[in-house]
Amino acid sequence: MRHLMKPLDFTTEELDQLFDLADDIQKNRAKYAHACDGKILATCFYEPSTRTRLSFESAMLSLGGQVLGFASADSSSAAKGESVADTIRTVSCFADICAMRHPKEGAPMVAASKSRIPVINAGDGGHEHPTQTLTDLMTIRSLKGRLDNFTIGFCGDLKFGRTVHSLVHALMRYDNIHFVFISPEELRIPSYVREELREANIPFEEVIDLESAIGNLDLLYMTRVQRERFFNEEDYVRLKDFCILTKAKMKKARPDMLVLHPLPRVNEISVEVDDDPRAVYFDQVQYGRFVRMALILTLLEIKV
Amino acid sequence: MLNVGKIEEGFVLDHIPAGRSMEIYRYLHLDKLDCQVAIIKNARSGKLGKKDILKVECDIDVLNLDVLAILDDKITVNVIKNAEIVEKRELVLPEKIYGVIKCKNPRCITSIEQGLPHIFKLTDANKRIYRCIYCEEKFNGRFD
Repeated sequence: MRHLMKPLDFTTEELDQLFDLADDIQKNRAKYAHACDGKILATCFYEPSTRTRLSFESAMLSLGGQVLGFASADSSSAAKGESVADTIRTVSCFADICAMRHPKEGAPMVAASKSRIPVINAGDGGHEHPTQTLTDLMTIRSLKGRLDNFTIGFCGDLKFGRTVHSLVHALMRYDNIHFVFISPEELRIPSYVREELREANIPFEEVIDLESAIGNLDLLYMTRVQRERFFNEEDYVRLKDFCILTKAKMKKARPDMLVLHPLPRVNEISVEVDDDPRAVYFDQVQYGRFVRMALILTLLEIKV
Repeated sequence: MLNVGKIEEGFVLDHIPAGRSMEIYRYLHLDKLDCQVAIIKNARSGKLGKKDILKVECDIDVLNLDVLAILDDKITVNVIKNAEIVEKRELVLPEKIYGVIKCKNPRCITSIEQGLPHIFKLTDANKRIYRCIYCEEKFNGRFD
């Protein structure tokens, strides 16, 4: 039995297989419509989420399976003090696979260690969010046709942005990726990520101005400054408007540069950018559903 | 010159960086052992200038000395039997450390689930880096 805790749990070959499957699902929906008949997905979400939870539920329903679960810690026995280990032991009796989001880092790993069913980390604090990374990779592969040979800019909260850390780690395994980190000093990419890039001889640069960097990018990955990761409201207010992608900035970008965003967006991408064909963040959501369908089939070892 | 008598069976931990013997005392849980312990602080040392020494009179299989390697692998572990040094034990960085280091990341699951064991894994032997197995927070090299 396999779990998914981090994007690197899969080799690049396994990722290729997963994305090929997701491609096939996208093209042949009817073929997979009953692949998970009789199977149940539990969504155990200890903190709010719109996209990820609905994406998992939609994925399972599209495969013919059913879903159950909870959408906040308040509506589970966690509110009574139940441990993650006890919760997953219980959930294992009701479902065939579990997607877990938890504000505390490592909680899904604790669950996986006690679980009798595959556990998918659907986001744990500022740590990992592997299915978002799979979504990001799938989007890039589908729209760029490759996962190597490009310059990618990450902009916004690079310190607490778990999607950024996960995607950087995932892309480090592909050839000729150049990273540009665009953030204020306080939200710089963590030093351990910089160290890893240096050790792997992967080129990267850090800048604070999006406008000057945007013209060199093949991909721009925007992120939200996350209020829930700050212990100090003043810091959040000071930093939240640091970098906003506007139509004017998009004019300086390459005609084929793609803008990705893990969503939800607050104000870091002006709504006027949404109609730009290079803005693919809502397409990304759709790819997320297909890749989660592929992931569920893979972890349940269901072949169609 | 301070003189502390020989021990019959146990360990003499020599070349401890000056001032760190109490950390070792705590993390070897020596307070829980009913045995004689001598803590010598700031002893003169040709090699280090100043050093700490710990002498512990106990059954030599009682103590888990893994923690010493994390602290400083240059600490000398002399194993004593019948009041003689029978072995100079080499310290090896353990692959995993159970219940010695506490994760200080306030966002780690161990911060709210008291029953979880604190486990750190060696992720880079050359740089002596340990990370929490749950949240991957790096151990900063200090126990307190």
